[in-house]
Amino acid sequence: MTTAGTMQITLPSDRAIAMTRTFNAPRSLVWDAWTKPELLKRWMGVRNDWTFAVCEIDLRVGGAYRFVWRGPQGDMGMGGVYSEVAPPERLVSTEKFDHAWYPGEATNEIVLLEREGKTVCATIVRYESKEARDGVLQSGMDQGMSEGFDKLDEVLAAEVQK
Amino acid sequence: MVVTGDRLDSTFAALADPTRRAILARLASGEASVTQLAAPFAMSQAAVSKHLKVLERAGLISRGRDAQRRPSRMEGKALADATEWLERYRKIWENNYQALDELLEELTRDATKRGRGTR
Repeated sequence: MTTAGTMQITLPSDRAIAMTRTFNAPRSLVWDAWTKPELLKRWMGVRNDWTFAVCEIDLRVGGAYRFVWRGPQGDMGMGGVYSEVAPPERLVSTEKFDHAWYPGEATNEIVLLEREGKTVCATIVRYESKEARDGVLQSGMDQGMSEGFDKLDEVLAAEVQK
Repeated sequence: MVVTGDRLDSTFAALADPTRRAILARLASGEASVTQLAAPFAMSQAAVSKHLKVLERAGLISRGRDAQRRPSRMEGKALADATEWLERYRKIWENNYQALDELLEELTRDATKRGRGTR
C-alpha cells in the first residue's frame, strides 16, 4: 500500500470523495509542500501555460487562504478558511471556487501518515449534498465505480468519439 | 473557463439521478418517444416526462416538434462540456502530484545534504 505514484479514489460516504497517494518523502516535507506558499506554488496547478498569480496562506485556525491561477483563458480562483491546523498530520479547510462548478461550499481535509519514511497523503473533499458529490463523480474520476456510473461511462465514451 | 458555472450546475444536477442517466444511456443508441422510454422503468409516462424536462433544461437532450410523439434525442454538447471540465480536474491532480514528487525529491536531497554538512 505504500507504493509511490498510484492515486486511489474512494467514496467514504454519500457526500465525500477521497484521494490517496503515497509520496517518497517524510511527512514533514509533504506538510511543508502543502502549507508553505513558496513550495505550494511550485507544484499545485502549475503546468503548461498556467501559473500561480496569488498564493496567500494564513496558517491558523480561522485563517484564510486564497489561490488564483492564471491561464490562457483567464484566472481561476479559489479560497477558504482553515478550521483545523495540526502539523504535520491534519489540515482542514473550507473550499469554494470563484467559478462554481459544483453547488455550495466543500470541506477539504488533508491527512498525512508516515510509513517507513514514505508519506501516505489522503485528501477528503466533503460536499454539501450527495448531488454535488455525484456531480463531481460524473467526471469519470473513478471509472467503473458502480453499475450506474458504468452506464454513464458508456454514454460518455460514445460522446467523446463524436 | 469557456463553460459557465450555472450551465454546469444544471448539467450535473440532471446527471445526479440514476433514472435520468439510464434514460440518457437509452438515448445514446437513438431517439425515442416517451412511451418507449417509460417501458423499461416501473414509472408512469408523466414521471418520465418530468425527467425529460430536467434533461432538456440542462441541454442534455432535445425534443422533436411532432406534437404526438415528441421524440427525445441526446445532445452531446452539454455532456461533453461537463466531461471535459472534470476530466481536466482529474488530470490536474495527477499532474499536481507528479510535480509534487519532483519537488519532494529535491527537498529530500537538500535535507540530506544539509544533514551531512552539519554532522
